[in-house]
Amino acid sequence: MSEARDDILANIRRSLGVSADDASRRQIVATRIAAAAKGLLPTRGEGDIEKRIATFRAQAESVAATVARVAATADVPGEIARFLRTNNLPATVRMGDDERLAALPWAATAIDITSGPSDGNDLSSVSHAEAGVAETGTLALFSGAHNPTNLNFLPDNHIVMIQAGTIVPTYEAVWEMVRARYGKGVMPRTVNFITGPSRSADIEQKMLLGAHGPRRLHIVIVG
Amino acid sequence: MSVVATSSRFKDNAHRALGDGQLQKALGNVRHNFIDRRAQAAARLPEFEALRDQARDLRDHVLAHLDIYLDIYTQKVTEAGGHVHFARTSEEACRIITDLAKAHGARTVTKGKSMVSEEIGLNAALERNGIEAVETDLGEYIIQIRGEAPSHIIAPAVHLNQEDIEHDFRRLHTWLPKDRDLTAPESLLAEARATLRAKFLASDIGITGANFLVAETGTSVIVTNEGNGDLTQILPKVHVVVASIEKIAPTLEDVSGIMRVLARSATGQDMSVYTTFSTGPRRPGDVDGPEEYHVVLVDNGRSNMLGTDFQEMLRCIRCGACMNHCPVYHAVGGHAYGWVYPGPMGAVLTPSLIGVAEAGHLPNASTFCGRCESACPVRIPLPKLMRHWREREFERHLSPATVRSGLALWAFFAKRPKLYGLAARVGVKMLALAGRSKGRFAWLPFAGGWTKYRDMPAPQGQTFQAMWKSRGGAVR
Repeated sequence: MSEARDDILANIRRSLGVSADDASRRQIVATRIAAAAKGLLPTRGEGDIEKRIATFRAQAESVAATVARVAATADVPGEIARFLRTNNLPATVRMGDDERLAALPWAATAIDITSGPSDGNDLSSVSHAEAGVAETGTLALFSGAHNPTNLNFLPDNHIVMIQAGTIVPTYEAVWEMVRARYGKGVMPRTVNFITGPSRSADIEQKMLLGAHGPRRLHIVIVG
Repeated sequence: MSVVATSSRFKDNAHRALGDGQLQKALGNVRHNFIDRRAQAAARLPEFEALRDQARDLRDHVLAHLDIYLDIYTQKVTEAGGHVHFARTSEEACRIITDLAKAHGARTVTKGKSMVSEEIGLNAALERNGIEAVETDLGEYIIQIRGEAPSHIIAPAVHLNQEDIEHDFRRLHTWLPKDRDLTAPESLLAEARATLRAKFLASDIGITGANFLVAETGTSVIVTNEGNGDLTQILPKVHVVVASIEKIAPTLEDVSGIMRVLARSATGQDMSVYTTFSTGPRRPGDVDGPEEYHVVLVDNGRSNMLGTDFQEMLRCIRCGACMNHCPVYHAVGGHAYGWVYPGPMGAVLTPSLIGVAEAGHLPNASTFCGRCESACPVRIPLPKLMRHWREREFERHLSPATVRSGLALWAFFAKRPKLYGLAARVGVKMLALAGRSKGRFAWLPFAGGWTKYRDMPAPQGQTFQAMWKSRGGAVR
């Protein structure tokens, strides 16, 4: 198919009236990618940590997520147990073997834990978000050896733990974090930005929750 | 769906649509919800208008350097372990994908919503090769089981009412109890969810579109609300992305900026529920995700649009705001446009892709009110582009004889201002006299098509020129 590729690129150049050897055009592109400059950033998500948490929370709740805040990591299993109980859900959750989740004091609750990706038969899952974006109440989750992506989509109830300190103003701040961790131009296999539970308005424009992904999204902010 | 266009029969299609009470009821949902929600979302973000300018400039920059960005993007996908395929035409694109499916012995593929897959007729091509293609977006699933094309680029089933969907589900989901209650929309959603969940888990290949392709990282981005695109791409062994060549964004920052206008313009959400960035196949140690990752880049006429009057159309990010704000779309719906892309963006893009001879009627389906351009997040001058098509249609003698002779008659008078004034005064007086009893006409000679769906108000006395003169305005 390289013939098709050459044809298409040649046709683009012909249409634009440019030459393949024009180094200045390449330079413009290389500079833009290297700089990865931030554009105009909305001020909505800015402020000190408490302000960002408040905005994040208000935005997430406005799109039907539920949000709880606990003082310490040790309080997370208790909050998850409360969420399951309140919604009449069985005390079972599935999660990846992320050590930040594994290290939680689960034994203090009656929750049964299974680990690894879901086969589609799990009611509830627990994930750890890498960041939260205040401007729209968005969670950022990265795939990896310990974080199955399908736990974000298959179970009916998705519970996500997030450290208060990782709630940033904008999406751009998440990319800074990704570059610091993985290097310039490198991404985890999957980055999921999640803003509220799954929904559809395909039937007469009525917004209904729980289309294909989780019906409930519960966010636990730590700290 | 099939890609056979009925755009050349736009007038007949529109007549039928106007007389379809069920369709007219459904279109009422477009008129209200989309417009109000977009306006509210824009008002909530003070930077919205400036972000539209930025999005326009970004798209222009990408188009001006598209060859270089495609090169870099391809290199980055390859570095991440993925494969990029280029397709000049629909046929090439379908062949690449069906060959991939056959090579993997696929029997079922699941699909996320993708307009370019509609454009290339992918489902029909897969089915010709004995492969079942299952649309998983709720709206796409509904129209697939009805054998229809989408009538809107982001709300494919917007032409339907709840009762239509209930009827189709009862007809097709015959394994479920006949007396089940489907009166609530929630129960229809639950039934589709359960039906499609089984398809997701059994799928051999997942095919999604892409809202953006990031050159910096070789990443494809999809934006959905349902989560179907994600289940489509993470569960099967192979993920195939099909996207048109102009979807490039240079960097993750550029995607972030443009995301801020996409959902707000489309559904009036500040942010869609799922924005997913996928880069290559699963990594060593990953516990899920596809083992193979392919991207099929489709040209299908786009490289020819660059450098022409229609290059600006390639800025389009497929939000649907133009059709949501279009009085013609509100009146006739999407199917009347007769191909894949309806509304103002379809009226400009369709002649570019399938030819003005086939789709010349579409740029005429406009009142030139300008609401499309005023809502477009990347500020495409849609009325101007439709006018370009009208001029070309006229130059190439594709307009009907009645239009040409009518324009010639008008030109005769327009070039002779005194005669024009006289004819207008006589005409207005006669119309005012004839229409004085009701103040409007339910029928007029030579305008039966116009008066069939609305009344023509009768002139109230003077011509505009006469009134202008009487108020002391300058007259040539």
